[in-house]
Amino acid sequence: MKSIADIKAIRDKMQAQIVNRDNKDAEQETRIVVGMATCGIAAGARPVFNELVDQVTSRGLTNVKVTRSGCLGMCKLEPIVEVFVPGEEKVTYVKVDAQKAKDIIARHIVGGQVCTDYLIGEE
Amino acid sequence: MREIALHILDIVENSVKAKASLVEVIIEAKNNLLTVTIRDNGKGMDKEFLARVTDPFTTTRTTRKVGMGIPLLKQAAETAGGTFTITSELGKGTEVKASFVIDNIDRMPLGNVAETAVTVLNPEVDFVWVYTVEDRTFTFDTREVREELGEIPIDSPEIVTFLKSLLTENIESINGGINL
Repeated sequence: MKSIADIKAIRDKMQAQIVNRDNKDAEQETRIVVGMATCGIAAGARPVFNELVDQVTSRGLTNVKVTRSGCLGMCKLEPIVEVFVPGEEKVTYVKVDAQKAKDIIARHIVGGQVCTDYLIGEE
Repeated sequence: MREIALHILDIVENSVKAKASLVEVIIEAKNNLLTVTIRDNGKGMDKEFLARVTDPFTTTRTTRKVGMGIPLLKQAAETAGGTFTITSELGKGTEVKASFVIDNIDRMPLGNVAETAVTVLNPEVDFVWVYTVEDRTFTFDTREVREELGEIPIDSPEIVTFLKSLLTENIESINGGINL
């Protein structure tokens, strides 16, 4: 069974990456924000958040941060995911589920193509 | 909400928004009663606000006048033959406690506690999770993790994925085949 002591190996690997990372890398960080208020949680935001994190980990994406926010004001369109790629306009995905989260990572974050079929107005 | 673990996530988000630096979540299944306690050292509430907090039309938000998290948890507990209490002191923190009768037909499943615990990970807030089934207990304290991590943020995707698998294994072991 895993224990907290097992985290040392991951820490050592990540520490090496941090040493190689400069300020320019930090400015280029992509942020993925999942609405995690009552409305988002009830609509399925938690599995979406976890799928995004798992995809970032399994694909070894080092400059992508997955984070949470409160209610984004469009409760009926939850779960909502906002993507902030430096130098590009914010993209808002609505009614996201785990499969769509996987697609967002593959097509938008890795492939650079916005998933237009998951945008507001297309739901 | 479909799981008690989702209610826990929602209430813990309240603690984080209330600027807590320490949040304790105690889940205990014993003698046919599942009890969930969420305690924080956030900014707390005054008596007047506390008296109205289970009303769905009470919220700290200014954008709209609806706050469903606490009323939904209260309803879920009472529907399952349990109880709900909330105590708070301004400047000291808040404690939310909900109990559920385990074999009540209207009790929702406990759900994925590991996923909830990693979703709320935050470099600025410490969490202590205590998970007990009968006489078996597992404790997860993020202060111990942060000590091991040094400057690496606890909410880094690789760390979150590792901690989820650690929590899942330990919770399954504590459950000992019981599906809560």
